[in-house]
Amino acid sequence: MDTIIQGKAYVLGKNIDTDQIIPAEHLVYSLSDPEEVKMYGKYALSGVPIDQAGLPEGGVPFVEEGDFASPYSIIVAGPNFGCGSSREHAPFALKVAGAKAIIAESYARIFYRNCVDGGFVIPFETPQPLNKSIMTGDELSLDMENNRLTNLTQNITYELRPLGDVVNIVQAGGIFEYARKNDLMASSEA
Amino acid sequence: MAQTITQKIFARAANRKFVDPGQSVWLNVDVLLTHDVCGPPTFDIFKQEFGPNAKVWDPSKVVVLPDHYIFTANEHAHRNIDLLRQFAAEQGLPNYYDVGTDRYRGVCHVALAEEGFNLPGTVLFGTDSHTCTSGAFGMFGSGIGNTDAAFILGTGKLWEKVPDSMKFTFEGQMPDYLTAKDLILQILGDITTDGATYRAMEFDGEAVYSLPIDERMTLCNMAIEAGGMNGIIAADAVTEAFVKTRTSKPYEIFHSDPDAQYHSMYRYNVEQMEPVVAQPHSPDNRATVRSVAGTPITKSYIGSCTGGKLTDFRLAAKILKGKKVSVTTNIVPATVLVASQLETEMYDGQTLRHIFEEAGCSIALPSCAACLGGPSDTVGRSVDNDVVVSTTNRNFPGRMGSKFAGVYLASPLTAAASAVTGKLTDPRDFL
Repeated sequence: MDTIIQGKAYVLGKNIDTDQIIPAEHLVYSLSDPEEVKMYGKYALSGVPIDQAGLPEGGVPFVEEGDFASPYSIIVAGPNFGCGSSREHAPFALKVAGAKAIIAESYARIFYRNCVDGGFVIPFETPQPLNKSIMTGDELSLDMENNRLTNLTQNITYELRPLGDVVNIVQAGGIFEYARKNDLMASSEA
Repeated sequence: MAQTITQKIFARAANRKFVDPGQSVWLNVDVLLTHDVCGPPTFDIFKQEFGPNAKVWDPSKVVVLPDHYIFTANEHAHRNIDLLRQFAAEQGLPNYYDVGTDRYRGVCHVALAEEGFNLPGTVLFGTDSHTCTSGAFGMFGSGIGNTDAAFILGTGKLWEKVPDSMKFTFEGQMPDYLTAKDLILQILGDITTDGATYRAMEFDGEAVYSLPIDERMTLCNMAIEAGGMNGIIAADAVTEAFVKTRTSKPYEIFHSDPDAQYHSMYRYNVEQMEPVVAQPHSPDNRATVRSVAGTPITKSYIGSCTGGKLTDFRLAAKILKGKKVSVTTNIVPATVLVASQLETEMYDGQTLRHIFEEAGCSIALPSCAACLGGPSDTVGRSVDNDVVVSTTNRNFPGRMGSKFAGVYLASPLTAAASAVTGKLTDPRDFL
């Protein structure tokens, strides 16, 4: 696990549900075929209504028309990020598009589990809303060891909530890597 | 030590006497459910992690019910069904319900109940957020992603945090204009879409126990819309009667201890409640139907795991009998069994199917269909600025297809009454 993640912020509102993260019509693509996987990058966050996309101004697509990756690597959002369906295609799509971490006030349970257990993006929680102060395009630096987020553009540092128990799974890179290290799969190794 | 029903089920599945909320435990899984959208990637991860020749932990405990993208020309969707078929054959899975055969069932949460997989006291995980529907049988059911599902496929286990419980008690006699959908939309308006995140939602009270099993399923189905880990109703004689006609497998009935600790408790008297809708674009954006009555609609949609079961159609038929719909009205039975019941169930001397056809509704084949939009040729999919009144479970932007459409979540009574007038209409105007 990198200890510092640096990149541009992409700011969203509250209750960003999985249909906004990856609309259901795109769920037909393979998650293993390299050519089809690109489609998840292309359509990541394409369901967000355009006026809500890339706050505070809106009108900023996460991935530009014709591209398969996003220039933004840290998503900043309000409460209940990832609510709705169980589709793991959602954190997968964010990863394929190039997102490394999410900073939200809270997460829906299944999305949070999927981020951690699948090792896709790191879901940090912030005790105070940051999606009003951070602006889309701001350069951020996320210090994972010290749970600290610095907005390099505005020169402000914020404390994030520690990842808690799941830090071991995040550090291992997912539930399988964690389970292997801790002998939890011993009885079922093929 | 006093425990809630959810704690007791966790304790049983973790081989412990009791468990504390907040504690993470490894659960032995009784059933793993998957479908055509999340099955193929789950199987991929399973093979990648456990090896190309690995066998699932227990083939009898894996239930594969394709239901999402069934009646479409989309080739990728067809390929996903092929991948399910291939994996089921390789692994010798007895509980695969193949598309295009007489084993096809339809929407997984409803079919799971019909096929006798829902047993009180057991633990079900499924690669679908509405797996919480099965909590109506006094069991634990919860949605997970593909990675967690692949882990279960190989090991039969999963870690889960023991949830705090919230209790919702409904007292009084259910009025004929109120349905389980109105009760859960009422709760969502009160606690919002993250009001139960990581918690169990336990439903209780004489009004809940007066409901048939499919209405109890509606109540538990939308626990996820409040962020709940599970919804749960302790089993009673109604549950047992349903289960016993479908399976002879053993089960254990648990009840919450009277002095169990709850995160919070809510009480409602159903006799004082009104039909409600969730307005665009969130399931917690509640309003009484009366307060938004007259809002023009372009479509009415009655279907899905939430609102496409027999009781939903019985209720809709009460309103639609002898009337004509004035907007496109899609009737989408959840399963093949529900579709066949439309032919045999009578209301006032006519079959439900006859009533819907006479009213001008279009009846689709059983699947998830437009509840989640689906491929562009999906029946009932919203287009442009459609305003839909729907018995489904979510109305986030774009959920039923078009990003520009608005969806009002409602009971089957409200959806039927609104279909007749072409405007949001309180069902009491017709009853």
